Amino acid sequence: MTTLQILWFVLIGVLFAGFFFLEGFDFGVGMALKTLTKNKAERDALVASIGPHWDGNEVWLITAGGALFASMPNWYASLFSGFYIPLFLVLLALIFRGVSFEFRAMMKFEKNQGIWEWATAIGSFVAPFMLGMIFTAMVKGMPMDAQYNVRGHFFDFVNIFTLVGGVAVVLMSYIHGLNFIRIKTIGDIRQRAADWAQKLYLVLFAGEVVFAVLVYIYTDFFTKKPILTMLILALIVLSSVVSYLATLKDKEVVSFVTSGLNLVGVVALLFVGVFPRTMVANDAAHSLLIQNASSSPYTLNLMTWITVFALPVVLAYQIWSFYVFRERLTVGKKSGH
Amino acid sequence: MDVALSVISLARFQFGMTTVFHFLFIPLSIGLGLIVGVMETMYVVKKNELYKHMAQFWGKIFLLSFAVGVVTGIIQEFQFGMNWSEYSRFVGDIFGAPLAIEALVAFFLESTFIGLWMFGWDRFKPGLHVAFIWITTLGSSLSALWILAANSFMQNPVGFLLKNGRAQLVDFPALLKNHQLWLEFPHVMFGSFLTAGFVVAGMSGFALMKKKNVKFFRKSMQIGLIIGLVATFGMLATGDRHSLALETDQPMKFAATEGLMEDSGGKNKSQAWALAGQYDEKNHTSVWEVDVPYVLSLLAHHKLTGFNKGENTVNKELHAKYDKKFGKDMNYYVPTNALFLSFHVMAMAAGVFGMVAVVGLWFSRKKYTDEWLVKQKWLLWVLGVVTFLPFIANTAGWLITELGRYPWVVYGYLTIADAVSPNVSAGSMLFSNILFFVSFATLGAVMVYLSARVLREGPDDLMIDETPVTDPFAEEAFKK
Repeated sequence: MTTLQILWFVLIGVLFAGFFFLEGFDFGVGMALKTLTKNKAERDALVASIGPHWDGNEVWLITAGGALFASMPNWYASLFSGFYIPLFLVLLALIFRGVSFEFRAMMKFEKNQGIWEWATAIGSFVAPFMLGMIFTAMVKGMPMDAQYNVRGHFFDFVNIFTLVGGVAVVLMSYIHGLNFIRIKTIGDIRQRAADWAQKLYLVLFAGEVVFAVLVYIYTDFFTKKPILTMLILALIVLSSVVSYLATLKDKEVVSFVTSGLNLVGVVALLFVGVFPRTMVANDAAHSLLIQNASSSPYTLNLMTWITVFALPVVLAYQIWSFYVFRERLTVGKKSGH
Repeated sequence: MDVALSVISLARFQFGMTTVFHFLFIPLSIGLGLIVGVMETMYVVKKNELYKHMAQFWGKIFLLSFAVGVVTGIIQEFQFGMNWSEYSRFVGDIFGAPLAIEALVAFFLESTFIGLWMFGWDRFKPGLHVAFIWITTLGSSLSALWILAANSFMQNPVGFLLKNGRAQLVDFPALLKNHQLWLEFPHVMFGSFLTAGFVVAGMSGFALMKKKNVKFFRKSMQIGLIIGLVATFGMLATGDRHSLALETDQPMKFAATEGLMEDSGGKNKSQAWALAGQYDEKNHTSVWEVDVPYVLSLLAHHKLTGFNKGENTVNKELHAKYDKKFGKDMNYYVPTNALFLSFHVMAMAAGVFGMVAVVGLWFSRKKYTDEWLVKQKWLLWVLGVVTFLPFIANTAGWLITELGRYPWVVYGYLTIADAVSPNVSAGSMLFSNILFFVSFATLGAVMVYLSARVLREGPDDLMIDETPVTDPFAEEAFKK
């Protein structure tokens, strides 16, 4: 394994972590659209809160996919063909969710708007759920052949571990979204978001314990990297405790940042646990290793230079865009678009 | 049916379906980005509110097409790994790079700045706000450039070495210098401008029949037609260059587009052009043809004489060249009727565009009054019908490009059969195909419905003067 290969493994992890941190909250807001709001004015406010951002957030996933293809084509091929149906459902969810914002804005009648609000809400639920399932199944180990093709059956994809993984990502995204709503709104809906979040943190704490136990049962993380695994698990718990306390004290930005770190922590746990593999096979000999998965040094080098120059620029204008749309939205006031 | 075969057919069908659907909206959104940019720039320069309303009104259609274009684009990136995993393993070293660069330098740009444009009308000075639409359009154009760099590699592989059965990138600049890219990219860009130009002109035609907002739609129509006319010339020039290159790059594709089963012409012989025709794809003969003398020589060689190989000759050459690598049983014939028809539809559409633009511009000169123009129902109908033609022509263009490289995914190196995912079941692919089809049909229908409604409602809501009239006896108060 070369330094470049490790660097790209880390970068792909960073891109996925960035994706979950950013799109995590707009998934959460999307789900809240149908579970937290009481009237159209509140729904308008929620849609407006993520309107300028969700598209840019989603590009983190697209970039992660592209980077995976470019830097570790074997991983990309094994993962995407191996998790065909769950990934297809992610795509379907992202398609309908993606058009729903624009279509809702153009619909005249509340009833027709409602259809696209459901598209937002369901899409915002299905995508993180399926991604959570995919990532947990990936670290659990799948039946793979010598050419690294995943040949799994239904229960390889759907079992208690992957279901908990799916629910965990959904729950974390939802809480993260509620924290974003607390930053972006005032009044009744903000208070309701805080109340909900406080209750859901208790579920999350229980969930984290269950998840840790399942990681112990289903993966080799504890046997292969006990110290790192426990350290990261501790950090995940710590960030959610801080997030919870910040919610109680109404420190909205702290709770938002830490609920995002929660998601980042899960991605970190999975990537650290898998290393130096990329895809874990039931038969250890068939696991796809970073060194077998990656592109040539030439391509990795090229991609590194491009990333070094492009990523800071991307970060700069994305942060600027968040800064531009920083003020709170008042429910009932028409905004922009 | 053989199971392996049906997986390939399903994967091919999915690639065709998703690409064609994606490419209905991409040229429209790139082109509308340009047109809206032009309109908003005119507002900034001339300070005339009419242009601002035009940018906002056509901006609605732009945002719709952008949304559908974006979501169908994600499928493109994912389906290589999902349906074509062997392909991904073979070319990932090369093909992945442009895709990743596209996301990093182009897609972030357009998706962030379109947010700023969409929600920033009240927050920024006009001079800065207009920059956002131009940056978005620049981002979309860069996207197109990188995607086409990837596609060009498949049509004309360059800059790599075969190592352990994989293609390995050794010369990145070669990917960008690929002559195929510089044939495709300008053609696609002009195609985008053309599409949006005739969509704006055509929709304006429909709107003018209602005799409302005549000034607004007449101006829109003129802008659309001017951009459409310039783009038509660009299409003809780039298309011509593309055809010339095909004769040597992919002679089978060229022969099929012209319906040449047998060799045509010679050193001092002229070549007749098949205006229409039907071909027997089993026996590789022509069933019937309507020929026009000299025209093929003019088109293909810009002279009155010339020579081109027919499919049967090309087939023999390909067998001689590739039998060692791919075996004697490989079929090198492309679907002739589909390519022939697609090419002729595309070429004739270009003629229609040129004529309609000239006629439309002629009759919307200052000399003719608004009252006169809205009475020219025939003209408005022609424009209206032409709204749909660019989409047919764009689809035809992609069908030629992609069907014509049969039997290869990477021309001369990797066949379609060797590229497909070996571990995905036909059932899974059928499931995804059906659901994609239903989803696309839904999105397409909603898109057309919403565009039609935006048009029917017109720009009135944008033109409401937002400053309240304070003096109830002022002249403006009575006008409301």
